[in-house]
Amino acid sequence: MTGYKVIGSAVQRSDALGHVTGRTEFFEDLNPPGLLHLKMARSERHHARLAGIDTSEAEKTKGVVRILTADDIPNNLFTPLKLIGVEPDDEPILAEGTVRYRGEPICAVIAETEAAAYEGAAKVVVDYEDLPAVFDVEEALREGAPIVNEHQRTNFFTYEGHHCRRIRFGDVEQAFAQADHVFEWRYQSAPIEHAPTETTGCIVVPQADGRLRIHSDTQACFFTLDNTALILGTPFNKLRIVGGTVGGGFGGKVDVVVEPVSCVAAMLTGRPVKFVYNRREEMQVSSPRAAERIIIKDAVMSGGRITGRQVTLYVDSGAYARHSPYGTTKAAAHLPGPYAIPNVWADCHCVFTNRTPSSAMRGFGVTIADFALESQMDRIARALDMDPLQLRLINAYRDGDLTAHRKPAEGTALIEVIQKAAEMVGHDLPAEFQEMSSWQS
Amino acid sequence: MAKLKGRGYASVNYPTGMNLGGDPSQALIHSTTTGTFVVSLSSVDLGQGLKTVVAQCAAEVLGLPFENILIDTADTDTGPHCMGTFASRGTHRVGNAVIMAAAEAREVMLAVAADELEVDPGDLETDGTGFIAVKGAEEKRIHITDLALAAHFKHGRTISGRGIFLKEQSTVVPETGEMDPDSCQAHACTVAVVEVDDETGVVEVLEMHNAYEIGRALNPAMVTQQVEGGAWMGMSHALFEATEPYYPARDHGPADFTEYLMPGPADIARQYSVILERPADNGPFGAKGIGEMTANAPIPAIANAIFDACGVRVETMPFTPERVLRDLDALKGTT
Repeated sequence: MTGYKVIGSAVQRSDALGHVTGRTEFFEDLNPPGLLHLKMARSERHHARLAGIDTSEAEKTKGVVRILTADDIPNNLFTPLKLIGVEPDDEPILAEGTVRYRGEPICAVIAETEAAAYEGAAKVVVDYEDLPAVFDVEEALREGAPIVNEHQRTNFFTYEGHHCRRIRFGDVEQAFAQADHVFEWRYQSAPIEHAPTETTGCIVVPQADGRLRIHSDTQACFFTLDNTALILGTPFNKLRIVGGTVGGGFGGKVDVVVEPVSCVAAMLTGRPVKFVYNRREEMQVSSPRAAERIIIKDAVMSGGRITGRQVTLYVDSGAYARHSPYGTTKAAAHLPGPYAIPNVWADCHCVFTNRTPSSAMRGFGVTIADFALESQMDRIARALDMDPLQLRLINAYRDGDLTAHRKPAEGTALIEVIQKAAEMVGHDLPAEFQEMSSWQS
Repeated sequence: MAKLKGRGYASVNYPTGMNLGGDPSQALIHSTTTGTFVVSLSSVDLGQGLKTVVAQCAAEVLGLPFENILIDTADTDTGPHCMGTFASRGTHRVGNAVIMAAAEAREVMLAVAADELEVDPGDLETDGTGFIAVKGAEEKRIHITDLALAAHFKHGRTISGRGIFLKEQSTVVPETGEMDPDSCQAHACTVAVVEVDDETGVVEVLEMHNAYEIGRALNPAMVTQQVEGGAWMGMSHALFEATEPYYPARDHGPADFTEYLMPGPADIARQYSVILERPADNGPFGAKGIGEMTANAPIPAIANAIFDACGVRVETMPFTPERVLRDLDALKGTT
């Protein structure tokens, strides 16, 4: 008994009734008078120089009010991690001279109706000069590979002078030399979409006092405000974000992508502007979960103790960094998984390729690593003809163990969840395994 | 041709709180003259229930009914700063900020009640019904609605409080990776039971057994909702989803839900979920948070169950019928 009255009780979720009866108001329920619609003309090439952009036919389209290009954006670089000191900024709001992935925005067409905005966007004529593109993370890192992003200068994000985020703990080479078995396997994932019910978008409404009220489904109101103000070059207090009700985020609404260009459109037209992704944009243009390639090499003793783990991780960041440098560091911190392994070596590469930039998604840096780590554990158990749960229990980390990133573990309970899961499915564990505890050494 | 059944395991940990810290959130709380406490935030509820759990935190600290708490959030003109809803930080950061704000407001509430009842504040208690009463003399009490009116019109006091939570930013030692990345580690073990059709390569997930340890479960029903919803998402990641199905080729990108498939009602596994509680010292009432982690363990559990069922070791996500069938054929030597 905890003695709590409200904590620990199954209070009904406050938005549940509104959601299931269709009464919850989302940003798209707003319909301010004079609303304009913004749609993007996007790159049809993976990597190309923009030799010319002809908007003359688009401008003649009935209902088209204005077309924005890079020249219209005050500070035409996104600033995703600037405020926590991570640079360089590497991605234009509207393409400037070069496109680096298929789907990259080139022109923003503002029109009286959604249909006119689409029609105008389709009539933008872009003259491309194709450049060599690279799609595979290991090919991108090879000498002579085409450079994806000149702002980054290399096809990898540079961590304080290093070409990857590193973990160095103990001596894995010695562990391999002394091991009874060495196992090395490789894992791969593909980009995954957040698939929210409500797509990413915003409505910007100019106010009488010159401020902009931004109705958004962002996951982070002040983060959106700060980044948008930096791009607009306006004082922060010129903007107001109204949000808080979101039809699914999963990390896909952390990048600040739709608000800055919509604000520019609202400022230049003096009218409310709506920019919301359609489902195709949400799936093909909005940043997905990164594809990852993971190679794990383990030193294992015959009793099942893992004495060394070496991990090489390639995170496919796509054409721009977004939040991937952060996610790659988070991935490094997660290694070698919830196990006390005395020797750990990891190189975690954040790699640029000519594809849709990836970014945050639920379990950022961890989800795909867990697929690899836990497949690896199963394979080791099979190779040693051991019970897969006993192998995990033998290696489980406990309170006080020093993790590979040199922080003492606390609040551990891996052993307990394994014991509970075993009990749930009637998987018998010998007494010594049932008696183990995370908080006793 | 047969349907082959197998069972697979996966156990994981998950770091809650923004990686490396430096991500503050604030909360302000005040009582209106109705005795309703408004919690002002700029945090976003993605549908996971943040507004509900932080209202529970405020009600618990104030010792008032849940219905006496209103959450007013996500307007940057009126709500104090929040870094955002991501990185399994909402419950942990915002919960802690709300507890701090509510504790300050509770102190004022008891001080005003003490004036009103002419007793010492230390002799007062709350019981969750809306009354502030003298310990041991429960008939000597005042309801929060009357107290809020008296505070405003008679005592000239605001019943209010301020809260913030900040985990200081940690920097990474670039040579070794030494860092302080997380606030808590939550844990899970998932057991998946699958059936593999060796003619079609289709994998069906029959059962998922989920054991989770997430510190304190502030709202057990919403925890279970996260566990089961996340298990569905993990199953979907494992078997169905990719925006570039032949990665690294850019071809065949789906554009809508008829091309980007996810499990429908008939695909959903039976789920059995158990929550263990090991409260964390730095969490709100010991909660660690369970925002993101629930999609993780199901993926390798399903991969390992596929191996158990048919001997195919899936190394590439998603585990589509095409991939499973090609590997099955290779195993049988019939390619």
